[in-house]
Amino acid sequence: MNLLEIKNLGISFGGLRAVDDFNLTIREGQLYGLIGPNGAGKTTVFNLLTGVYRPTTGKIFLKGQNITGKSSIEINKAGIARTFQNIRLFKNMTVLENVKVGLHNRENYGVISSLLKLPGYRAAERRIEERAMELLQVFSLEEDAHHLASNLPYGKQRKLEIARALASAPTLLLLDEPAAGMNPQETAELMEMIRFVQKKFDVTILLIEHDMKLVLGICEEITVLNFGCLLAQGETASVLKDPRVIKAYLGD
Amino acid sequence: MQVFISTLIDGLNQGSVYALIALGYSMVYGIAKMLNFAHGDVIMVGAYALFVSITQLELPIPVTFLLCVIISATLGFVVEKLAYKPLRKATPIAVLITAIGVSYLLQNIALLVFGSRRKMFTPFLKLGSLKVGGISIPMISFVIIGTMLVIMIGLQLFIKKTKTGIAMLAVSEDKAAAQLMGININRTISITFIIGSALAGIAAILYSAKYMTVDPYTGSLFGIKAFAAAVFGGIGSIPGAMIGGILIGVFEAMTTGYLPGNLTQASDGFAFAILIIMLILKPTGIFGTKRIEKV
Amino acid sequence: MKNDIVKSEKKSNITGSSLLIRILVVVGIYALVSALMLTGNMSRSWESLSIRICFNVILALSLNLVVGFLGELSLGHAGFYAVGAYAGSMFAVYTDFPMFVRIIGAVLVGALSAGIAGFLISSSILKLKGDYLAIVTLAFGEIIRSFVKILPGTGGTAGLSGIPAFPSRYVGFTFAYAFVILTLIILKCFINSRHGRAVTAIRDNVISAEMLGININRYKVTVFVIASVLAGVAGVIFSFFKTMIEPNDFSYNLSIEILVMVVIGGMGNLTGSIIAAGVIVVVPELLRALEDYRMLMYAIVLIAVMLINESPKKAQFIERYSPKVLLKKLLRKGEKKSESA
Repeated sequence: MNLLEIKNLGISFGGLRAVDDFNLTIREGQLYGLIGPNGAGKTTVFNLLTGVYRPTTGKIFLKGQNITGKSSIEINKAGIARTFQNIRLFKNMTVLENVKVGLHNRENYGVISSLLKLPGYRAAERRIEERAMELLQVFSLEEDAHHLASNLPYGKQRKLEIARALASAPTLLLLDEPAAGMNPQETAELMEMIRFVQKKFDVTILLIEHDMKLVLGICEEITVLNFGCLLAQGETASVLKDPRVIKAYLGD
Repeated sequence: MQVFISTLIDGLNQGSVYALIALGYSMVYGIAKMLNFAHGDVIMVGAYALFVSITQLELPIPVTFLLCVIISATLGFVVEKLAYKPLRKATPIAVLITAIGVSYLLQNIALLVFGSRRKMFTPFLKLGSLKVGGISIPMISFVIIGTMLVIMIGLQLFIKKTKTGIAMLAVSEDKAAAQLMGININRTISITFIIGSALAGIAAILYSAKYMTVDPYTGSLFGIKAFAAAVFGGIGSIPGAMIGGILIGVFEAMTTGYLPGNLTQASDGFAFAILIIMLILKPTGIFGTKRIEKV
Repeated sequence: MKNDIVKSEKKSNITGSSLLIRILVVVGIYALVSALMLTGNMSRSWESLSIRICFNVILALSLNLVVGFLGELSLGHAGFYAVGAYAGSMFAVYTDFPMFVRIIGAVLVGALSAGIAGFLISSSILKLKGDYLAIVTLAFGEIIRSFVKILPGTGGTAGLSGIPAFPSRYVGFTFAYAFVILTLIILKCFINSRHGRAVTAIRDNVISAEMLGININRYKVTVFVIASVLAGVAGVIFSFFKTMIEPNDFSYNLSIEILVMVVIGGMGNLTGSIIAAGVIVVVPELLRALEDYRMLMYAIVLIAVMLINESPKKAQFIERYSPKVLLKKLLRKGEKKSESA
């Protein structure tokens, strides 16, 4: 079944057409790659998918439901979560608290209930604590639970961002350059982890990446963007052999 | 009709001074991305400098003017270097609190040095007035409006034509990119503060020539109204600051001139109300452009 | 910021004993002050100081929720304080109920009115943040003061007099102290809930918070309403304490003074706000000679704290010498000793 369907998506900033006539279909359970040279509009696609920008043209469907132009909040509730190219953690909160924020909408006690510390509040907080710790264990961050997020080393910050996104129980997880700034060994670990996460959390993953080894290693299919336009789409190995794609990366 | 015209001219006067101050806010906000809360208080310091050099030092008038502008510009430069520069990477809230602190500091130093009582200038620009069709218009009004126009045009040319001006535009667009192009960010921000504060000095001269008084709080309310003008015209826009300043000046003169007595008590409230309405309905102002937030 | 690590470690395992210590401190302070008051061992000026500390603590705590936790600068806190003070004292002045009912009624009316003001103002500034939000709150604060001058029943610029006083200073202190404790409980509960985490998340990174499904607007309004209700209650206590209020009691200067308390105590640090509010109320009283320099000191404190916070040397210094770290080291030494013994 198709999880995500993007049809003729486009956005202009002033006169600049940042993304134009973009189409993409992702099936449930896929691990899908979005690649392209710098400035091709990959992150812009993520921003359109998550409601940061409102598309000028086109439609986005998640599980058949039209989410075009919805707010980031509604889109998250509909089942999309993401990480950022330039990590955006809650720096002055602890690692554990970061994940707990991700769990925000999984429990629904009100403000009054928290002020009066009603039994429902206590039970919910216990569940939040447990779930957050479980998530941290999956990413082997439990030792750092009570450290400030900003004090984590870079690789762990990336992991924490993924854990936090997963906390909101998405059906589609968007990873924006998860391997950026990692050494080959860390990247290899990350590949393993992404595969593991996809199975364990039963989540579909769309990722932007520059590391071709990673893309080739884990993505079944990819889409190549160039100057905001769709350049090629299909099974990873064959797309990477496409002369147009090679030309876009290497230049003339 | 006569009352209307003289109220209008009063408003244009007041508005011209607002416009000059608004320019300072607008430039600093555009380039350093901060609300320089202390900008209004630079005018106050400038006015005291003028007061001391005229009444106590009894210097020749052109020298006092020059002194006033130099002191204001230096103050702006020093404040930026000491208080704002170390906070380039700090949160906006930290910068704003510091700016409020600087504003408070200047006010309270003035309070300690000169006392809270209003100081009266002796008239230093005796220009007489012009009679047009039974209405007597003080010449100073023409000087104020003329000065403002000349500065606006000069500044517009400076920004569009000179290397420094273009550097300022570049920094306001994209600091990181400007730095990569070899523009010295710190120097550009310093120059912005110097120009903005020099304009505040000129505003101090015009204000003092017209109203002939100064007290420690002269700048604060004035500053907020001018900031409203800058927002009204669109932050970062020179013609915007001019039009915003004039509109607020005229509006204020009209409300104080025509509203029933007990409501004039709340006349400052009107300037605040305009500020609120403007920021809520159209925070980009008349000439401002919307910025796209990068994620 | 680094010492936060230590703090949150503590927070995550609140044990029965630390709760007990808190209760002991709360009861101990009350017992000490009441004992001094009731035995006549406290001077009149200290009696009124103890009440003044209370409503200033409430003001500082409530502003800290906005500045320290939501991360927005409100320069109109005195405005909400004014709404509470005027609404509450007008209820007390213009009604004829028994004293007890008038006080309780005044608190309810004051809190409700300030809460409504907070709701209306915060709902109208949802799109704003940072500098613009700060200046609009300043403008709202001043507009509230202008309105007070021209609205009927407020006494205008001359002020509103005839507000009933507390039966005794002891009663006044008990009343004010109770509200300080209530404020603390409300804030602690809120901050440690999913709502509090959402608010701090908004402070740290708005975009991430939004992507995790947090409704920014709702929390902005919630925080402003809670803060203004508390400021309103402080206003009512103030008016019963002073029995005559005028628009100048609620000027922009007061908003700055409260901000100074929050900044000195540390943004996001509730205990700090309490201590700072106490210091800001008591020190000028002890150093009357320095009264002229009070505002100047505030200005210097604001600038200095911000500059020191940004200084890279500060983090190192705190890492080595903060009282919490020192205490921890001491405890560790003690443990080692007892182990080896």
